[in-house]
Amino acid sequence: MKKKFLSLALAAAMAASLTACGGSGDAQATTQATEAPAADAAGTETTAANATEAPAAADGATWKIGAIGPLTGGAAIYGNAVVNGAQIAVDEINAAGGINGFQIEYMSADDEHDAEKAVNAYNSLKDKGMQLLVGTTTSNPCIAVADKTAADNMFQLTPSGSAVECAANPNVFRVCFSDPDQGAASAKYIGEHKLATKIAVIYDSSDVYSSGIYAKFAAEAANQGLEIVAEEAFTADTNKDFTTQLQKAKDAGAELVFLPFYYTEAALVLTQANTMGWDPIFFGCDGMDGILGVKNFDTSLAEGLMLLTPFAADAEDELTVNFVTTYKENYGDIPNQFAADSYDAVYALKAALEDANANPDMSVSDICEAVKASMVKISVDGLTGAGMTWNAEGEPSKAPKAVKIENGAYVSME
Amino acid sequence: MSFLSYLISGISLGSVYAIIALGYTMVYGIAKMLNFAHGDIIMVGGYMVFIVVSTMGLPPAAGILTAVVVCTLLGVTVERIAYKPLRGASPLAVLITAIGVSYLLQNLALLLWGADTKAFTSVVSIEPLRLAEGQLMITGETIVTITTCIVVMVTLTAFINKTKTGQAMLAVSEDKGAATLMGINVNRTIAITFAIGSALAAVAGVLLCSAYPSLTPYTGAMPGIKAFVAAVFGGIGSIPGAMIGGILLGVIENLSKAYISSQLSDAIVFSVLIIVLLVRPTGIMGKKISEKV
Repeated sequence: MKKKFLSLALAAAMAASLTACGGSGDAQATTQATEAPAADAAGTETTAANATEAPAAADGATWKIGAIGPLTGGAAIYGNAVVNGAQIAVDEINAAGGINGFQIEYMSADDEHDAEKAVNAYNSLKDKGMQLLVGTTTSNPCIAVADKTAADNMFQLTPSGSAVECAANPNVFRVCFSDPDQGAASAKYIGEHKLATKIAVIYDSSDVYSSGIYAKFAAEAANQGLEIVAEEAFTADTNKDFTTQLQKAKDAGAELVFLPFYYTEAALVLTQANTMGWDPIFFGCDGMDGILGVKNFDTSLAEGLMLLTPFAADAEDELTVNFVTTYKENYGDIPNQFAADSYDAVYALKAALEDANANPDMSVSDICEAVKASMVKISVDGLTGAGMTWNAEGEPSKAPKAVKIENGAYVSME
Repeated sequence: MSFLSYLISGISLGSVYAIIALGYTMVYGIAKMLNFAHGDIIMVGGYMVFIVVSTMGLPPAAGILTAVVVCTLLGVTVERIAYKPLRGASPLAVLITAIGVSYLLQNLALLLWGADTKAFTSVVSIEPLRLAEGQLMITGETIVTITTCIVVMVTLTAFINKTKTGQAMLAVSEDKGAATLMGINVNRTIAITFAIGSALAAVAGVLLCSAYPSLTPYTGAMPGIKAFVAAVFGGIGSIPGAMIGGILLGVIENLSKAYISSQLSDAIVFSVLIIVLLVRPTGIMGKKISEKV
């Protein structure tokens, strides 16, 4: 009996995979078919014009925009924020008539903050016809996917992949700051606001995000006259006990501890510093965003914690207020900067597609070339900065903001 | 003075490794299999306490009891469904199954409890011990973990050497075939081993989460691997060895972080492990195979 069930299940699985193969095979055939006449048409201008006009008139064409991020796993808070933030932007744009008159079809996939799974997620979205990618959310998976999008020449705009390598390919742009920019900006901020002169750094040497920020922070700290009295590392395998690192920082007389890593570990660092009875200034980067969302976490431990982030949910401009209200209504949470980054990403895509006057019937590669050319021309007033512009390397230009945690909430600092 | 304080934080980290390693070594010693799902049973124990204490608001004792009961049942069920049918199979098949069970538990936890980090409220309410005018501090969690570790070690050793079930376990660990011929119910004995191992995992989970209060579905994975290293270090199968291995691992890790380089601490820990295994292939306390338990 058991065997029968098993063979039935196997047969069903086989049938399913067969149909899946058939589906993607067809899709490939159609893309080839549409590409072929376009190539022919390149010779004669009149046919080329006809070719672009005809599909534009056809009804039902949509922009297929995909998002990838960790929807489950340790970094899920970021992936969900990215997917939700983009969803809000897509809903708004669709309600207002779409991009160049075409509605957006939005889809998302989970990568569990794992490079291999991110590539699988990318492939499955591609099978569904994705033309533009908003993602991926975290750096390591982003680097892996960026190679795939480069091979396919698909335009990729990562809201939050901050490692330098994420935007190394010409088809990848980003909304957030790169790690070096964050590290340098943090050191500058600390120096200019005279928060401290003796600094300790604890960083995750097994993580490209954390060690990238640390390297630039150290370089800029020297220019700012800051003295780094302790530089301590941990790895993904030793991320439970930080008492030794804290003790060394304390013994070295640090007044400020710079924590360029994610909030999961930071929550432990704050707890252990509190147990030690040590209370320096703690300063984090965008990975610290989310610490107030840790369930059952004693937020009084995070009191006075500062972090550099391009987005403050308590800002009072109309755009932020509307976004925060909608996000709260739909998802019951206060959005973090990742949500804001991806919201801005969708609007940046819209601006670039409009500037290029592109339409969804163009091939993925043509869209990519058009958007790439337009990205450096546009300026976007978004949640994470006014007048954001991009250079040809895909790096954004905007001013960072610092927030401080007071009474269990983020408060913008001057 | 700072040396002592590094030493103490090393011991407190090591005692957590030690208590996890006890469960690993117990199951290995008797069933001769590496239960890689041990770390994830620890995580389940942590969640049980979190649910009972932080969500339902019951006293910590109720939480610990629930954790022990649930983990024991879980351990026995896993053994019955996943490991028992493979009793005759190659050790490699059992090993891969254990890794599979580990991923299964992690992903079930993801589904049930979500991926977000939860801050665990410590179940230990003992005030930290302050020595030398407050310069040295030993946290209540460290005291409780070390005490529990010693109590568990002594009880387990006595149980194995003094009781009939314990003697049956010894017999099974030496030779399953001969034990069957002697009238020992091998399946039952191994099930009891898993029950004890999983109950220990529940206790380890409570102490791990109390000492390092963050709880995610992956909480048990890395400490589980480290504890496995500790168990090998101390001599896998040896119960006092697990404790010594765990504490040494913690102390070496912390002292190398403090005095050599925090960037290199893992490299140093594992170099020490390799040297120990080169000199004593059975680990620090490892003895002749026939005496392993």
